[in-house]
Amino acid sequence: MEQIERYKFDVVVIGAGGAGLRAAIEAREKGKTVAVLSKSLFGKAHTVMAEGGIAASMGNVNDKDNWMVHFGDTMRGGKFLNQFRMAELHAKEAPDRVWELESWGALFDRTKDGKISQRNFGGHEYPRLAHVGDRTGLEMIRTLQQRIVALQQIDKKASGSYEESLRIFAECSVTKIFMTDEGENSRVAGVLAYWRPSGKFVLFESSAVILATGGIGKSYKVTSNSWEYTGDGHAMALECGGNLMNMEFLQFHPTGMVWPLSVKGILVTESVRGDGGVLTNSEGRRFMFDYIPEVFKSKYATTEEEADRWYTDPDNNLRPPELLPRDEVARAINTEVKAGRGSPHGGVFLDVSKRLPADVIKAKLPSMWHQFKELADVDITLEPMEVGPTCHYVMGGVEVDADTQAAIGARGLFAAGEVGGGLHGSNRLGGNSLSDLLVFGRRAGMYSADFVDTVEAPTVSDADLQEAIDWALAPFTNEDGESPYGIQADLQDMMNALVGIIRTESEIVEALAKIEEFKVRMANMKVMGGRGYNPGWHLALDLPKQLLVSQCVALSALTRQESRGGHTREDFPGMDPEWRKFNLILRAEGQNVEIFKQSLPMMTPELAALFDEGELSKYMTEEELSSLAQGTS
Amino acid sequence: MSSSLDTPSAAPIPTKAKIGVRTLRTDRWWLMPAVTVAVLLSFIAYSTWRAFENAYYFSEPLISPFYSPCLATSCVEGSSQWMPIGSWWILSPALLILAFPLGFRLTCYYYRKAYFRSFWMSPPACGVSEPHTKYTGESRFPLILNNSHRYFFYAGLVFNVLLTYDAIIAFRNAEGAWGHMSIGTLVLLLNATFLWLYSLSCHSCRHAMGGRLKHFSKHPVRYKGWTFVSKLNPYHPRFAWISLIGVALADLYVRQVASGAITNFYFF
Amino acid sequence: MGYSANFRIWRGDAGEGELVNYTVAVNEGEVVLDVLHRVQAEQANDLAIRWNCKAGKCGSCSAEVNGKPRLMCMTRMNTFEEEETITVTPIRAFPVIRDLVTDVSFNYEKAREVPSFTPPENLKPGEYRMEQIDVERSQEFRKCIECFLCTNTCHVVRDHDENKPVFAGPRVLMRAAELDMHPLDTLDRKQLAQEDLGLGYCNITKCCSEVCPEHIKITDNALIPMKERVADQKYDPLRWLGSKIRVRSHDE
Ligand SMILES: Cc1cc2nc3c(=O)[nH]c(=O)nc-3n(C[C@H](O)[C@H](O)[C@H](O)COP(=O)(O)OP(=O)(O)OC[C@H]3O[C@@H](n4cnc5c(N)ncnc54)[C@H](O)[C@@H]3O)c2cc1C
Ligand code: SF4
Ligand code: SF4
Ligand code: FES
Ligand code: FES
Repeated sequence: MEQIERYKFDVVVIGAGGAGLRAAIEAREKGKTVAVLSKSLFGKAHTVMAEGGIAASMGNVNDKDNWMVHFGDTMRGGKFLNQFRMAELHAKEAPDRVWELESWGALFDRTKDGKISQRNFGGHEYPRLAHVGDRTGLEMIRTLQQRIVALQQIDKKASGSYEESLRIFAECSVTKIFMTDEGENSRVAGVLAYWRPSGKFVLFESSAVILATGGIGKSYKVTSNSWEYTGDGHAMALECGGNLMNMEFLQFHPTGMVWPLSVKGILVTESVRGDGGVLTNSEGRRFMFDYIPEVFKSKYATTEEEADRWYTDPDNNLRPPELLPRDEVARAINTEVKAGRGSPHGGVFLDVSKRLPADVIKAKLPSMWHQFKELADVDITLEPMEVGPTCHYVMGGVEVDADTQAAIGARGLFAAGEVGGGLHGSNRLGGNSLSDLLVFGRRAGMYSADFVDTVEAPTVSDADLQEAIDWALAPFTNEDGESPYGIQADLQDMMNALVGIIRTESEIVEALAKIEEFKVRMANMKVMGGRGYNPGWHLALDLPKQLLVSQCVALSALTRQESRGGHTREDFPGMDPEWRKFNLILRAEGQNVEIFKQSLPMMTPELAALFDEGELSKYMTEEELSSLAQGTS
Repeated sequence: MSSSLDTPSAAPIPTKAKIGVRTLRTDRWWLMPAVTVAVLLSFIAYSTWRAFENAYYFSEPLISPFYSPCLATSCVEGSSQWMPIGSWWILSPALLILAFPLGFRLTCYYYRKAYFRSFWMSPPACGVSEPHTKYTGESRFPLILNNSHRYFFYAGLVFNVLLTYDAIIAFRNAEGAWGHMSIGTLVLLLNATFLWLYSLSCHSCRHAMGGRLKHFSKHPVRYKGWTFVSKLNPYHPRFAWISLIGVALADLYVRQVASGAITNFYFF
Repeated sequence: MGYSANFRIWRGDAGEGELVNYTVAVNEGEVVLDVLHRVQAEQANDLAIRWNCKAGKCGSCSAEVNGKPRLMCMTRMNTFEEEETITVTPIRAFPVIRDLVTDVSFNYEKAREVPSFTPPENLKPGEYRMEQIDVERSQEFRKCIECFLCTNTCHVVRDHDENKPVFAGPRVLMRAAELDMHPLDTLDRKQLAQEDLGLGYCNITKCCSEVCPEHIKITDNALIPMKERVADQKYDPLRWLGSKIRVRSHDE
């Protein structure tokens, strides 16, 4: 066996985005030694791209806001499929997590009285998103990064070494999570990773592993996600015994760039609409007024006049339908384009130029202005943008305990951030992800530290290690296989076409068949070159994970026979209260993936009381309503 | 944390990419430094000649900015009201005062950029390697003296006042009667204006106005001042060039008038 | 559009390498990064490139295109002539790992030398109050995406490896300025900037500002103001005296 670098840590965090860094900070503050591993450089994780803001009901702009309203909005946005307990914790703890960022040096935009300013966003009743222009994710990841440095400086003072208890391993990708062979009591033993620069392997032995690997959007051709989003965390959780849930729910963000082709999918932040941008079709009509669904009728304006008044007087007017939850807007755009009322490059128009003065646009949306100017030669202060749906976020993810973020089915494994499932139900509200990362990142860090105290430090067996290394090196020995680039492009095309924004049974079945073909193609992938910084090899290691996750998406999409949030079935167009009662759980059984229905826990009467009955009756079955009624009385 | 390091480090031996050529830039990066050298050298040549010429700097009511204020007894009659230096100074009176504007411009943040790039070639342009084997920048003597810029800035303000005064007294005719205006008046007025703009847009000025504050909100007036200077500041390089050439042209105009080569045209 | 472009790409590792020619298709609206990805997918699977967002937000894809330090994802192909040969090399101030990927750890190590944000001790989270006008200066610097193009282009380290121990580069100096201007920070980083981070080495030649893809006015708004602040403390006898006899306000 080749000599490899070995480390022992209390907690290994896979992922250096918002969730991973927040978890690492917490575990370190609880006195544990922590390693943070990431595929790209420190500070470059996906979180850096988030634009709009962090949702937290601080009530700085409208003091009617509080955690209960935020909780309600989150449940509504997720079509009541959310893990209510997570939604509750999230809404309650988000403000503290944002304030904490400020005490670590974050500089949010301010209100007149010096507090953190908050902006409007789709699905949020009040201005709720703490932000910095349209680069909030950058502020967040930089602040967390700098907090880690601050902790390292403290360690250095105490021990002489920056890396005494908290160490970042950047460009160090994990391929495998090891479990101990204790049968029923099997638990996490460590992870195998390789340095991208050198291609050398590193073994980390640790009692707890926190997954914070983000999403899966790279399975799609048109996506706002980067190469990192191959669903590694999802796949590795399955492989080591964890469950995935609700993988059919993918958020297609309504506004991605559509032109030029090479930037198709790159995100146009929702703040454009929150700050006054409107959507029109080729006939110049503000078509969103035609798409307000029944359940939201009482919450959105029905005339342009009222919608326009809302920007200045939100207390006495209803909000414009451009700010409906993302799934609604994405479907509406899709329908308009299909009906032949699209823009020249197959999107619709999004216009702020006629609504705000140029200098305000540049102040509020600087990076959007920049992005369109430099990538598309469009000056958004003068012309409308062309936009269309783009794969953006996965609501589904690793099934976890709501309070501790411990993965169900794999002891010692935790998951937080986009890789975790449950909080967002069938559709995530904008801004709820960044707050999710902070709230549950912290919880994962805290409870993983507690878990470490209850177990002995584990070891990884040489046999397991050898097997994992052999697997990772296989692409070099395949004699005459295919290059991974072609396979990935085909997979992305396939998923876009067959398990995209609108789905039907026949297409998903076809997708599942294709996935089997991909398995064969991937079995003998071949890479050229050596092990030092070889992106071809890196891709070959990511691809099987990406395929496994794609399979989970397709399987779940086939199983759920209704349309809800980020899952739209042409053959089952309505929302069905019977289906709301279930989560779809995926579990690996040997080489196969099994799927089964699991009942959703019933919301507590206290939380249910936050909604009026008329509203609940739109989502819940008669039985559920009556059992709730009994609970409250 | 414990570790056993079988392989010493993550990255291979750190060496820069050996690319050989000094730059791969394909544009005319040498143009700017070349132009800078040409203009600055011309100015230096002209101003040195004029400083030593010690003549043709005054023609009622115009005084050349090179010679104002004229501080030595040797100043031509009428060019100065007070002559604090006295008669021991036998060189050109210009040399007495040119030191200040010279120091001001030498330590100016913009001129520093200009001469470091063009004369010193460190670097001649971005992404073009400099020819020196050692570099310590402004971290030691003598270049550390550039930190005295603020004093030259204050001195510059005094000169601005004097030159403004010169422009104002140029609203007289050759007999000293007020209420007249000539091309010479205009020349001196423009000269003074650009010198003011140059000084006001100065980085030290910006700092003194409010840049050094931590809380703008506690000093609303200084914040206004800072905002104003901050608006001018991006144009500082432009004002630096215009005012430099302006001073030379103003001097040239006065010289031509004083030497009788042209007559100062009066509008009224 | 749609044409074949000639590229010369630096390939190699541990310093040794050469410019290799590739002819590759280019479509309308593409950027240099798209074209390099095509080279990677079709001709050189192992071509090492760093990238993430493809929208100028993460600062991963720094390289030098025709000798100019740029983000590859923000360098549009239509800024070149079709017959032009486009040369792409790794950034040159840092050790190369392979092809276009460099070891930028210098920047992270230097960043650790700047003492972190230090708020007043008794101030609790949630109680922070700051005016927009007071945070704006530091906010500009926090736009930084850490592409390190500025430090790469800065001749102080680009041309002088020997200065690396004493000079932290514009990115990190800007961080010191950011904290010095933070309305609630209580530490003084002027001494640090001058003595430990090497502010004096900067000769304000502004290449950092010229290449910054975020258009941060690094020199005008961070470095020069910092030099002025240092001058207040170190090179200005009047202000020094003032601070001793406490005639200056505490705000400065
Ligand atoms: C363009 C864009 C805009 C957005 N805007 C908003 C917004 O305004 N508000 C909001 O709330 N949300 C927004 N989101 C969503 C939000 O940014 C993401 O959901 C969130 O950042 C995910 O954070 P994370 O910590 O879970 O993972 P990430 O930040 O994505 O980090 C994942 C980490 O895991 C690492 N990793 C992955 N696999 C491996 C492996 N095998 N080995 C080692 N490391 C691995 C990666 O390198 C990376 O460091 C936006 C998303 C995008 C793409
Ligand atoms: S201005 Fe200073 S920091 Fe910036 S590139 Fe020039 S010398 Fe380096
Ligand atoms: S200051 Fe600008 S050039 Fe320097 S690292 Fe930040 S974004 Fe890049
Ligand atoms: S005069 Fe140029 S910066 Fe002061
Ligand atoms: S890929 Fe993110 S900046 Fe270029």
